[in-house]
Amino acid sequence: MTTVEDTTAIVQAPERRVRILERPQATTGKFSWVTTVDHKKIAIMYATLALFFFCVGGIEALFIRLQLAQPNGTILSAARYNEFFTMHGTTMVFLLGMPIAAAFGNYLVPLMIGARDVAFPRLNMLGFWVFAFGGFFLYSSFALGGAPNGGWFGYAPLTSTPLANGYLPGRGTDFWTVGLIMLGIGSVATAVNFLVTILNLRAPGMTMMRMPVFVWMMLVIAFLTLFAMPPVTAALIMVFMDRNFHTNFFNAAAGGDPLMYQNLFWIFGHPEVYILILPGMGIVSEILPVFSRKPLFGYRVVVMSGIAIGFLGWGVWAHHMFASGLGPIAVSAFGLSTMLIAIPTGVKIFNWLATVWGGAVRLRTPMLFALGFIAQFTIGGLSGVMHSIVPSDTQQTDTYFVVAHFHYVLFGGLVFAVFGGFYYWWPKVFGKMLNEKMGKLNFWLMVIGFNLTFFPMHFLGFEGQPRRTYTYPSGMGWDTLNLLATIGAFIIAMSVLVFLVNVIFTARRGEKVGHDPWDARTLEWSIPSPPPEYNFAVVPVVTSLDDYWHHKYTEDDEGRLVKLPTGGAGEEEELIPAGFDPHSIHMPSPSYWPLIFAMALPIMGYGFVFKNWYLLAVGVVIAFFGLNGWAIEPSTDPEPSGTEAH
Amino acid sequence: MLDRTHRFRRAGAAAAVAIAAVTLASCGDSTGPNNKQNALRPQGTYARTILHLTLPFFWIAVVIGLGVIGGTIFVALRFREKPGEERAVTQVHGNTVLEISWTIIPAVILAVMAVPTVATIFSLAKKPTGPNVVHVTVTARQWWWEFHYDDPGNGIETANELHIPVGVPISLTLETPKCSPAPCYLDGVNHSFWIPELNGKKDVIPGREQFLKLEADKAGTYLGQCAEYCGLSHANMRMRVVAETPSDYAAWVASQLKPVATEDALKAGVDNTTWACASCHSFKVGVAGVVAPNLTHLADRTAFAGDTYLMNYDNLWKWVYDAPSRKPMGNLSQHMPNFSAAGMTQAEAQKIACFLLTNTATNPSSPPECVKS
Repeated sequence: MTTVEDTTAIVQAPERRVRILERPQATTGKFSWVTTVDHKKIAIMYATLALFFFCVGGIEALFIRLQLAQPNGTILSAARYNEFFTMHGTTMVFLLGMPIAAAFGNYLVPLMIGARDVAFPRLNMLGFWVFAFGGFFLYSSFALGGAPNGGWFGYAPLTSTPLANGYLPGRGTDFWTVGLIMLGIGSVATAVNFLVTILNLRAPGMTMMRMPVFVWMMLVIAFLTLFAMPPVTAALIMVFMDRNFHTNFFNAAAGGDPLMYQNLFWIFGHPEVYILILPGMGIVSEILPVFSRKPLFGYRVVVMSGIAIGFLGWGVWAHHMFASGLGPIAVSAFGLSTMLIAIPTGVKIFNWLATVWGGAVRLRTPMLFALGFIAQFTIGGLSGVMHSIVPSDTQQTDTYFVVAHFHYVLFGGLVFAVFGGFYYWWPKVFGKMLNEKMGKLNFWLMVIGFNLTFFPMHFLGFEGQPRRTYTYPSGMGWDTLNLLATIGAFIIAMSVLVFLVNVIFTARRGEKVGHDPWDARTLEWSIPSPPPEYNFAVVPVVTSLDDYWHHKYTEDDEGRLVKLPTGGAGEEEELIPAGFDPHSIHMPSPSYWPLIFAMALPIMGYGFVFKNWYLLAVGVVIAFFGLNGWAIEPSTDPEPSGTEAH
Repeated sequence: MLDRTHRFRRAGAAAAVAIAAVTLASCGDSTGPNNKQNALRPQGTYARTILHLTLPFFWIAVVIGLGVIGGTIFVALRFREKPGEERAVTQVHGNTVLEISWTIIPAVILAVMAVPTVATIFSLAKKPTGPNVVHVTVTARQWWWEFHYDDPGNGIETANELHIPVGVPISLTLETPKCSPAPCYLDGVNHSFWIPELNGKKDVIPGREQFLKLEADKAGTYLGQCAEYCGLSHANMRMRVVAETPSDYAAWVASQLKPVATEDALKAGVDNTTWACASCHSFKVGVAGVVAPNLTHLADRTAFAGDTYLMNYDNLWKWVYDAPSRKPMGNLSQHMPNFSAAGMTQAEAQKIACFLLTNTATNPSSPPECVKS
């Protein structure tokens, strides 16, 4: 002890000061989930909670569809309908789309680049808990004075008008602004984490151009998130200030500018669309080659297209505002930039088809979802190009045509990719294969339900039905298509139920599989299923794109696939080298502090919403307590001394 | 084995044909219901310009879409691996010529699209000029439309029902209520003016004067509604355009400029001293109400309350009696109140409705209920 005192003192002194909370040690057991910093556990929690909110948002959608199933519907009141469509959109974007990307990214990025965890494990933990508390904070509004009801886009001055003026009843908008700012904190933390992880923690030999497309897409959306959240946060703060402190940012009567809100929101809002869809494109780019037994066609072009979409995504925001009266020069410019973004998107679609072309196609459930993605996303992409014809857009915007368009992109695209991803990586995450028969039923029900719901909406939009209307009169000729859409929505709900049943069935008696059941290509399949806490017993040295595949296969002179006799790791027990001691790897220790900091945010949030400055002060104190504990806690606890058991 | 491949090929082809047939059948010749609010049935030059610009690209999109969907189904079935088969797949990593061509071909299509698009943007943005042009200021309110005719000799002030002459460009100035008098805080919220059969939509934004033009080919009624979410009763913010031959239009203008009853008579008839109707409504031709429609020619309109209720005795007395139960108003600070809560009896509401129906109509026809009482 005396000889090493100088070095240990630095680490141990602060440890003594924060004795209030003994550092958690357990990495197994129920409680370990609360304090875990393991990227895989955090990913599972992200996915579970995102799926929960997917169901909640879906139930809201079912009520919306029931209300619109016939003219003059009476299922929901106007006030309730407005809350439901606002929360449906907000939920699907902020509580499903973004967290599900964080889920897949968290689980897969370290595994795909040969890392043992993300760069900042506790920041990662913070991201999840902010999402969890933020989501429940938003939903608590239903019980605390009314849910958000200004639309997921929350246009000022409707949202920024003080409550007393009565344009929007209830406290909902305050919950919405504060809740989204809160969720933004988590998103930015996660984005920074992915950026640093991807740029710094790649295994030896894993150059940028050897990274799986999914990792590339996560890198792009990390940049997009980082730069997109500030403008919307500014806009949300201004709305909150206008509403509660009578500032005049968006008050035209006092020289404020309502159009400024639209610009700020869509400068966030359009990159946000790509934040949502690019991970889906990444997932599809992983699934297609595996189930075609061919490499991704034009890897470089697919990667560059993703990057191009990321850049061009900053120059198209005003196509959400073609009816806002920006003037012919501005709308022409944004019409052209919108056409431009169709090019890299089209390139991706053609490259995906070329990937499958000539392959040995196995139509397993993940592949079906990936193919569904291509077909349906294409429809959404093409209706998107139609919006770039600005005069045409002035007929389509804010109608059901747009509802059809973005659901083809985000449901037909993203959600299909996500389900494909679930079926594809499930055996990696849980070591068990989801049931194939139920998977196929899930897929076909979803295809039928989805198209039945959203295809008719193209026509409803042309025929004059506007969005965000809680009712429509009879005699408009919209009845049949609306009824079809409602029936379709319930078929979608059935398909999701089939998935949930499949999950439970698989957990009970699913088929146990080895580490590489799909004969896949990327590094995550080279380690046991489920992966150990430390991921890689030996950090891999990467020599090519699809490195693991090249351990299993090579090509003959004519480019045909040839199996290597001793390729890859054969038996499960060979995956971990003999004599390997897991304790030789220092993994980051669990922590309470990010959880405590995250817990402070909703407390501060309620303080803001109800203008209760005492509550706000309590939240601030807890936040500082959490931050302080976090700051002086070492990322990895020093190895316990010999007297303590492992 | 060959048999199976053929069968899949045939199944794929059949599926592609079926999808094409269904798509063509559902959107080919049909232009949807004649609901007077249908962008596929343009009834004026601007709306027709837009549809004619849209359709070629719509069909290009259909062809590309069917191609990709068909291609997806084709590759899936054509290259499907049979159970037990171990095919030595040729590993293709890319093809520069192919990739460049499917970058350039869409770019060319888009470039072709861009030319008429930009041309149409500028032509639709051009303000119409000439002695025939009718100028109207549209004020989007919570949740109804106020129309004020701006041309010399025509100062009509009306609500929810815009009369226009056919074959003449109508120049609209779209705005929200100006914040006056003090102390008021805001200028209203965003709305969007949309008559699908006459033109695309244009948002109404506080603090701005937006321009939109309309033109109708032939006499008829064209429906529209607010297309930008504006709060609780967004769905109940409807309107109609009545296009008339020039002579009918002139007759309408003349009728609207002539009061049916004097301001004092109207105020007395609605018992203004008790219910203070005039503190919101206007009973004087050409003068806007403070926050509510001008009622001088109320009964000339087809519908009321944001064009959501047809103008008849039953609807009108119930509206006068308890408006918020007929159209959600929430806690809007200024709206048609629930007069029943303020002590109005049904008989009083019915009397006011009868009075309005007979004294604000150019050609009054007393409803039977009114004659009886």
